[in-house]
Amino acid sequence: MWGIVGQRACRHGSSAMSLQGTRPVIHALRSFSTAAKEMTVRDALNSAIDEEMSADPKVFLMGEEVGEYQGAYKITKGLLEKYGPDRVLDTPITEAGFTGIGVGAAYHGLKPIVEFMTFNFSMQAIDHIINSAAKSNYMSAGQISVPIVFRGPNGAAAGVGAQHSQCYASWYASCPGLKVLAPYSSEDARGLMKAAIRDPDPVVFLENELLYGESFPVSAEVLDSSFCLPIGKAKIEREGKDVTITAFSKMVGYALKAAEILSKEGISAEVINLRSIRPLDRATINNSVRKTNRLVTVEEGFPQHGIGAEICASVVEDSFEYLDAAIERIAGADVPMPYAANLERLAVPQVEDIVRAAKRTCYRSSSLAATA
Amino acid sequence: MALSHLSSTRSNRLLRPLAAAASSLCRPISTSTEPLVIETSIPFTPHKCEPPSRSVETNPQELLTFFRDMATMRRMEIAADSLYKAKLIRGFCHLYDGQEAVCVGMEASINKKDCIITAYRDHCTFLGRGGTLLEIFSELMGRQGGCSKGKGGSMHFYKKESGFYGGHGIVGAQVPLGCGLAFAQKYNKDENATFALYGDGAANQGQLFEALNISALWDLPIILVCENNHYGMGTAEWRAAKSPSYYKRGDYVPGLKVDGMDVLAVKQACKFAKEHVLKNGPIILEMDTYRYHGHSMSDPGSTYRTRDEISGVRQERDPIERVRKLVLGHDLATEKELKDIEKEIRKEVDEAIAKAKESPMPEPSELFTNVYVKGFGTESFGADRKELRATLP
Repeated sequence: MWGIVGQRACRHGSSAMSLQGTRPVIHALRSFSTAAKEMTVRDALNSAIDEEMSADPKVFLMGEEVGEYQGAYKITKGLLEKYGPDRVLDTPITEAGFTGIGVGAAYHGLKPIVEFMTFNFSMQAIDHIINSAAKSNYMSAGQISVPIVFRGPNGAAAGVGAQHSQCYASWYASCPGLKVLAPYSSEDARGLMKAAIRDPDPVVFLENELLYGESFPVSAEVLDSSFCLPIGKAKIEREGKDVTITAFSKMVGYALKAAEILSKEGISAEVINLRSIRPLDRATINNSVRKTNRLVTVEEGFPQHGIGAEICASVVEDSFEYLDAAIERIAGADVPMPYAANLERLAVPQVEDIVRAAKRTCYRSSSLAATA
Repeated sequence: MALSHLSSTRSNRLLRPLAAAASSLCRPISTSTEPLVIETSIPFTPHKCEPPSRSVETNPQELLTFFRDMATMRRMEIAADSLYKAKLIRGFCHLYDGQEAVCVGMEASINKKDCIITAYRDHCTFLGRGGTLLEIFSELMGRQGGCSKGKGGSMHFYKKESGFYGGHGIVGAQVPLGCGLAFAQKYNKDENATFALYGDGAANQGQLFEALNISALWDLPIILVCENNHYGMGTAEWRAAKSPSYYKRGDYVPGLKVDGMDVLAVKQACKFAKEHVLKNGPIILEMDTYRYHGHSMSDPGSTYRTRDEISGVRQERDPIERVRKLVLGHDLATEKELKDIEKEIRKEVDEAIAKAKESPMPEPSELFTNVYVKGFGTESFGADRKELRATLP
């Protein structure tokens, strides 16, 4: 029972506290073999990279501060000691140069993991991601494949300002030849990272700085070194029947909180964790909307030409007759990220925004006279 | 047999009558591998290193191979010019005629496990790496028989099994990619090197210096080869670079300036460079070369340079003429034999073009192939997604 309470607490992000409190109890529970172990997203990523590097000598890591500094966000902690400087390489602050080197190494058959300290800096190297990596297999008619992973934190952090807060999901997901993944939980982090490293195509792996410290329960299956999640498949985090809410990365947590609040008001929301932005799991999304007839898309990034826009178009094209209400999009504000805390709060989606939009699809908007 | 040890053309003139008489006794000369030492046109100019000797070891067979290979490349590029004007080649077409000595000399000093990567002026480099005329012309015309099955085009030729990694359209991008290839060779403990070719236009790209810095820090076996044809598209080198001494631009990285129109100098420099980088990390080679065509087929090439300059280079420095003079001067073949080789080449090229024209255009289903290695059954769409969609395997 402790385990279940522990899970709920973790999903809502008060992980550090609850983990400390429940650790001795969890030890005892382990012998009962239900999902009792907890793992932070940080540890999930670290262990996934570690296991894949151990399994395949062609996998190597490069980026700024990944080695001696143990990783700017400690994701690559301990890996330099374990694998040595030939496989864990600290680079100078020259994204265009080292990303090109990573892609060239992938051309030759190695499997690089290139870290961007944040995806904002990937713009310095974007030509190599798109023109050198994404398109090569096509242009060479299959001769030059590029088994590379570009990873790092994406999207808003806390108080880091306009140049350090952009979400690049829709930029990369629009490009054929790339795969774009966005984990939420530790299970996602482990499974998708392993899938990305094993994948023969270039993968953009969008992490989230604020999720690194969050703890999630992980089953024995997830902890196994052969664990892997399929690319291109979304996960239904919470089943429901009245409205579908799609989200990825940090917003999945917010969507789940919104679903809790909505359930108390008699609205049963189905929360879909996209996991894979490209390929997008259109089937799961459409099947859900055909069941619930209502859709709210949630993302942290800029609204115009964003992930929600693509999901909206997909549902209108494939499931138009099933919609009972207009599709709602919740996204980051259409402004560069401000610094002041109150403005920053207005610039990113909050749980109440998701709740309000879901209610609108159910014609239960608080701006109209609402009846239960 | 004393003939094979001649090392200067001056003594040749004295011995010619003797040679003419002896020549009929010395056939077949083209297969002779008796060493021949020939001086390069000019000495190498070093930057932070000891230059290699001007005396290059070669042999009659090699010289005749040089002649044949460069003449094939020349004929191929001129034929591509005609095909472009006949609208059988579309889009971009960047021709290499004049620069043949660079890729031919390079091939003579390396093997197929060494890697070459270049920019978009890649037809001849691809041929040198073992590509065939048929797959070149087919690709240029966008046919199935093309080396990239018609999906790449002029700028995207690849031959991974013989160490040719393209064929890149973004100026300068190939240099960090080449450093990555060298990284992989070192990681695999290969004892091979990578040659990353770029032009004087690309030499100012920031990513080049970023990659060079990392390569020098990590001692990667990378040779940066600047094919300096003195014009970056329509901009002369003195208008683009504050310092057009491209062999010195590596600063802490050693460099060598080479007469890129002299195939023997190129061979010597590349041999020297490969040995150097396997022990000491990166080096820069600047090949002083020239392109007769404009930047591409859309550029007449005469608005930013004079016709006199172009014809001057053709007369004084043409790489094929240099080898022809060497071959004739050392009496390795007669003028007629060389002309016959050229006729043969012309026929080969014409036949390849005819065969390439027969190759069909790709099937429409090829629109959707090779997007991914593993598509996981994702759907992809045509312009009207309700009309044209496909499942990626």
